[in-house]
Amino acid sequence: MNTKISNNQERYINPYLGGVLLGLLVILTVYITGRGLGASGAVKSAVVTTSEIIAPTETQENAYMSRFISDDHSPMFTWLVFESLGVFFGGLLSGLLFGRVRKFRIDKGPGITNKKRLIFALIGGILFGIGSQFGRGCTSGAALSGSATFALGGVIAMFAIFGSGYIFAWFFRKLWI
Amino acid sequence: MGPLIPNGIIPAGWDFVIAILLGIVFGFLLEASGFSSSRNLAGVFYGYNFVVLRVFFTAVIVAMTGLLYFDYLGWIELSKIFILPTYLSPMIVGGIIMGLGFVIGGFCPGTSFTGIAIGKTDALVFTIGLYIGIYLFSLGFPLYEDFYSSGNMGNVTLTDVTGIPASWFAAAFTIIALAAFWGTSLIEKKVQKTIKEYKF
Repeated sequence: MNTKISNNQERYINPYLGGVLLGLLVILTVYITGRGLGASGAVKSAVVTTSEIIAPTETQENAYMSRFISDDHSPMFTWLVFESLGVFFGGLLSGLLFGRVRKFRIDKGPGITNKKRLIFALIGGILFGIGSQFGRGCTSGAALSGSATFALGGVIAMFAIFGSGYIFAWFFRKLWI
Repeated sequence: MGPLIPNGIIPAGWDFVIAILLGIVFGFLLEASGFSSSRNLAGVFYGYNFVVLRVFFTAVIVAMTGLLYFDYLGWIELSKIFILPTYLSPMIVGGIIMGLGFVIGGFCPGTSFTGIAIGKTDALVFTIGLYIGIYLFSLGFPLYEDFYSSGNMGNVTLTDVTGIPASWFAAAFTIIALAAFWGTSLIEKKVQKTIKEYKF
């Protein structure tokens, strides 16, 4: 790995410009659709869909997954799935424009191995997946879109996510610094 | 008058086309801001890179203020927009679990999708984790079904709960955000002197 490549050489847009544009996007999304952006809901749709294909009876009997099964369309045919597909392609577009689309690689802190980073990425993903179900959405759907529309739950999710992040950060500092 | 789709001004058939287009802009902005790298995202918790705080809080205050203006100008009926329901204790617990997942995994769901798009293996593994996590949650659901539905306050806004006008909250968040931007820029300068430059 080339140690001379530092973060400073990646070209990103100004964060305040990014924030203003993201805020305008939230307004536009609410103005058009009446609701905000999201991400975790798309993964939930994928879970319900694949589970229904592999084990239809068990899925329909599952008290949670059955809430998202409807007779007239597949759980993949929902707004958040299409939006998340867009998120992927939008990321790809930006990556191509700024020259960041390269072969698969791993970002990690200087003190840990690739293997350790991937194990923790998996555990982190599992936790985030579980938390987002209790939270009725993740950073996009609950914290960002929820807070932007003045929803009490959105503000609670936002403070809980970042507050907890700062509390736990100390215990996992070896992963990142 | 908005919201356009719920009010029938744009036919519902355009829903998914609009979803993809809005998603593309969302993904573009996340990636272009540097959210496709877990190193950048985790920086907010360790003080070496506050890009998450800058982008996120700017977006929240712009959207809050903008929606109030849209309402004031009569462009949108705020009564017709979706308000996230509040389930007090499950959302606090969920948020705490998400915060832990954020620090350990270095991503959140939306950002991990953009990470995969530009070739980050850790983002791909994180997303697989999300899938497993939601599946495990579904399997164990009967164990905590009661807790999951507890503390239901309905689709309430800050104004519904406190009686304080939304504009006051927008103003308060803006002041807090500006103070945080200033404070964290000082912290960042200090921390960056002590930290090794991070590599990709």
